Amino acid sequence: MIEAVGLTKRYGKTLAVDNLSFSVPTGRVTGFLGPNGAGKSTTMRMILGLDTPTGGSALIDGKRYRDLHQPLRTVGALLDAKWVHPNRSARAHLQWMAKSNKLPARRVDEVLEIVGLTAVAGKRAGGFSLGMSQRLGIAAALLGDPQVLLFDEPVNGLDPEGILWIRKFMHRLADEGRTVFVSSHLLSEMALTAQELVVIGRGKLISQSSTEDFVAQATENTVRVRSPQLAVLRGALGRLGANLRDEGENLVVSGMDCADIGELAAREGVVLHELSPQRGSLEEAFMQLTGDSVEYHTELTDGQTPATLVPAGK
Amino acid sequence: MSLVSAERIKLFSTRSPWACGLLAIALPVAFTALLAAQAGGDLEIDIGATQLTAGLGRSVVLVLAALAVTSEYRFGTIRSTFQAVPNRSAALLAKALVVAGLTGVIGACVGFGCWAMFRLIKPNAGLALDSGQDWRTVAGQALVFALAALLALGVGILVRQTAGAVALLLVYSLLVESLVTLIPKVGQDIQHWLPFFAADRFIGVGRDNGAREVVDLPLTPWGYLLYFAVIALAVLTAGIFSATRRDA
Repeated sequence: MIEAVGLTKRYGKTLAVDNLSFSVPTGRVTGFLGPNGAGKSTTMRMILGLDTPTGGSALIDGKRYRDLHQPLRTVGALLDAKWVHPNRSARAHLQWMAKSNKLPARRVDEVLEIVGLTAVAGKRAGGFSLGMSQRLGIAAALLGDPQVLLFDEPVNGLDPEGILWIRKFMHRLADEGRTVFVSSHLLSEMALTAQELVVIGRGKLISQSSTEDFVAQATENTVRVRSPQLAVLRGALGRLGANLRDEGENLVVSGMDCADIGELAAREGVVLHELSPQRGSLEEAFMQLTGDSVEYHTELTDGQTPATLVPAGK
Repeated sequence: MSLVSAERIKLFSTRSPWACGLLAIALPVAFTALLAAQAGGDLEIDIGATQLTAGLGRSVVLVLAALAVTSEYRFGTIRSTFQAVPNRSAALLAKALVVAGLTGVIGACVGFGCWAMFRLIKPNAGLALDSGQDWRTVAGQALVFALAALLALGVGILVRQTAGAVALLLVYSLLVESLVTLIPKVGQDIQHWLPFFAADRFIGVGRDNGAREVVDLPLTPWGYLLYFAVIALAVLTAGIFSATRRDA
């Protein structure tokens, strides 16, 4: 269980993380969702004791990270796959980490086997592809067989095969009863991977709920109606208190489902040409929720030079 | 102990410490051979003369020690280190111990290597080690190299960037300390209290002329070693202290 209470991080005038409180339940995959620059990486660094919070605290099973004895046995983390010396072999990289937490040397070969890097264990990590680096980082996170795992944007930049591998791997870890906290800026990815969601924007908590609830809440279900007698139907729907919106020749109804509308149309003797349920996309919902909190808006609509794109937080 | 083993694996699993270590020994020994071959005229031959080129090795060792920590900052492995060992002082002290051990061995190789090379080329010059002072001059390189490395490690932790740390260390040790004497009146007195001058006084070898002994020095050779040690450890402590306070 990871618990953040009033976590705050200020860099000069910028408030990167603003009074953030959430909890990551034990034995589940919890997604940490937010647009680029929302403060996800900073939060994760504070959980791991790498950055000192300006205010508040982050606790892992009730303890500060700094107070954990041999922390790799409790918490495994992959924040950046590039945090490896390019001239050091994958095996040597894992060996020193294992040694620092008094983990047996055979554990190194075990985790290499788990992530499928045994064949290249003696090769320089600098020559690894992003996917291989990512696997090496996961091997390092698994070294101490920890119950809690943190991954920061693990699928960023991976090819589809790599993404699928990571996704399956997360599920496997959760099936083993581990607590997995994984960040992403892609809701569609998180909807497939995570059971719980912590959503932040501009360093502030937007919501914490199960993924299902979040998706149901965030996406608006509507029904599109096409009919030559729209005016009649509009009046009947209006009397029942449905929300109506015109979309070209069609009518978009929210607050009623297809069955209700169909029955109403039959009662009123209205001919229907189309009656189709519409599901809002996850990305749209996410944009809607975090729209105000995206740090670097691009002004593409006014036809002027687009604003400079600023790279993500890592 | 496990932290020391971890740091040992880290140091020896990349190439640059090996390259630096070999260079730190090969350079001064090779130049000693050149020097010895031409010795006899202007140069007075004594034990001190065998150590004239050791400073080359010491400069390489400064680079080795600074790299041991700046490369960790460069490649982000310092974060993995602090993640594995949240007690940053312990992690960095373990690194200091490993670096000091390695550079001490390098220093001994340089001291005895240069002396042996000189003696090989000038077998009749009476270069036997038969006084405590002779032993201090040759074996003392181990202590000087190790302490210089700790100082460089401290600078590396403070500066964090390889280019910055290495430039600072080399420019200071090779240029600034000698140029200080250009300051009128007080220059000489200031120089007597500078760290690498102190190290050289302990060895008993002059910066530019092995034969010239300065008479009115404020400290004895062992006093100078202690002084150098205090400065090196102070810089290292400052580095470790700042690393525990900073965000990694």
